Amino acid sequence: MADATPTPLLAIDDLAVHYPIGGGFSRPKRVLKAVDGIALTVAPGECLGLVGESGCGKSTLAMAIMGLVSPTSGLIRIADQEISATKKADHMHLAQTVQMVFQDPYASLNPRQTVRRTLADPLRLHGIGNKTEVEHRVADIMAKVGLRPEQADRYPHEFSGGQRQRIGIARALILRPRLVLCDEPVSALDVSIRAQIINLLLELKDDLGLSYIMISHDLGVVEHVSDRVAVMYLGRIVERGDWREIFEDPRHPYTRALIAAIPDAFRRRAVAGQKARGEIPSALAPPPGCHFHTRCPLVAEQCRSDSPPLEPVNPGHLAACHFRDRAA
Amino acid sequence: MSTPLLEVENLSIALSQGGKSYKAVEDVSFAIAPGETLGLVGESGCGKSITALAVMGLLRHPLGLGGGRITLDGSDIHNLPPAKLRQLRGKRIAMIFQEPMTALNPLSTVGRQIAEMFVLHAGANWSEATDRAVDALRQVHVPSPERRVKDFPHQLSGGMRQRVMIAIALACSPDLLIADEPTTALDVTVQAEIVDLMQELCAAKGTAILMISHDLGLVANMCRRVAVMYAGRIVEQQAAAEIFERPQHPYTRGLIASLPRLGARVVHGRQRLQEISGVVPAITAFPAGCRFRPRCQRATDICQSNDPSPTPLPENGLVRCHHHG
Repeated sequence: MADATPTPLLAIDDLAVHYPIGGGFSRPKRVLKAVDGIALTVAPGECLGLVGESGCGKSTLAMAIMGLVSPTSGLIRIADQEISATKKADHMHLAQTVQMVFQDPYASLNPRQTVRRTLADPLRLHGIGNKTEVEHRVADIMAKVGLRPEQADRYPHEFSGGQRQRIGIARALILRPRLVLCDEPVSALDVSIRAQIINLLLELKDDLGLSYIMISHDLGVVEHVSDRVAVMYLGRIVERGDWREIFEDPRHPYTRALIAAIPDAFRRRAVAGQKARGEIPSALAPPPGCHFHTRCPLVAEQCRSDSPPLEPVNPGHLAACHFRDRAA
Repeated sequence: MSTPLLEVENLSIALSQGGKSYKAVEDVSFAIAPGETLGLVGESGCGKSITALAVMGLLRHPLGLGGGRITLDGSDIHNLPPAKLRQLRGKRIAMIFQEPMTALNPLSTVGRQIAEMFVLHAGANWSEATDRAVDALRQVHVPSPERRVKDFPHQLSGGMRQRVMIAIALACSPDLLIADEPTTALDVTVQAEIVDLMQELCAAKGTAILMISHDLGLVANMCRRVAVMYAGRIVEQQAAAEIFERPQHPYTRGLIASLPRLGARVVHGRQRLQEISGVVPAITAFPAGCRFRPRCQRATDICQSNDPSPTPLPENGLVRCHHHG
């Protein structure tokens, strides 16, 4: 199992990121626990799907891995680097290992820079000043993501959404990172374009031996691309394991609710008993006990007071539910 | 099929830009029977939202009606004077939008925004209308509605706001509800609840639904019939079950094959997704002949020279392709 791999590329141990909120004249300071005790590993060449709804902390987790927010406690180890509350990330060094592909290619590219400049700047910043080498690497990465060489001198507005996302991917890969965080990489694209980008990401992963963390709310995409899947809810991982087990034998009621919520014309089975009720509570005041108990179809007395630990169902498949041994 | 409630015939919508006029929507026809659900599916820019606006009589410059007929219960509604249209909107045809925060008035309580419907369309006075607003909120399963009527939109979550939108839209039990991407801004578990709620209430009130979405799966799940739009035209229209089992247009077939479907990998292993090459054409540059031709694997010479006309399919279906099937 990937959990037992001796040297994971990314290892996160008991990571917490808390944001203090308020603390004005009259109000007491409150703490938003965006990420609250997360442990994860990503092996070289592996794709981890990260699933969760808005406010579950997946973006904060991504920012922590990118070194953009400091952990409140816990440890992130990426290749040879460590990030913790006391040890800040060395951004220049980290950028050579971890990069990110953003959701909205209309917002994440500088409209005043040509593709060439967008791709060449990171190289120069990282001391690759030799003009022929820069040219060579820009041309090489453009070919890899399916852009034509003559498009290098164009500006982002001259490209369609799918092509812009190709530029975004090229920018993420130009420094030859080992881990790429893909934050909803296709959800801003036209439906008929999504397959192109998903196929491209998978090809690049195989060709370049990349690891991905694929953040998405689209379970169809996550199932298609992931080797392992982690499901987050209100700052915690509620279930993780091999993709096949997560989708075929989900043990956390929240995972089941997410799967049941996907409209699919091919699978019109009755899933009413698995749906979650109501809405996600505020992360500022998560419910006591199991965070999911307010929406859970299986809720029992115990869930309101005791927070279930993330424990194994099978080797490599963990779920944080008092009833994790109850199959659907 | 019984007498249609709404009938749109050969609708075209003109976009004027830079002194030129383009047809953003052309020759769109569909009908919705009382209580029926029709899904209108397409990508951004295909004209599905402006088709809905045309039905509501809400097209504004640079968009304008270019031709065709829109009839409700057999009477023409697209040339009605504004005052008559206002009586129709909300009472007989209601609409919910994608982003409830921008569609609700931020300066008015949700109770007042619902009550307004009863005052304007049902002749109620304000105190009676406010009581009915509480009931309306209860119907959309908003907890403690007596308290919530006094809330402003910003005090509610996205899902609650969309419930309020539904309460407003269905306040006067309209004959037709137009829902334009009603769940796109919501999380998936909330989306499932909102869809269930819309279906439950519309079934109870006998309201027909025109559901507009880019999500083929969502539409096929909740609608009896589905119309697929591409570049300003309906390219295929069929029963929902049929369109998934036997898509006739290459675009529909491509869309269905290009999406990773939940459960597919378990059965078939990971297969490369089928791509639809190219991009959606801009309104200002629709290709001649069949508009899908530049992206179509079946395209031949006739697709360039001849615009395919709609071919009827069983049960009021149609497909617009020279090489369908």
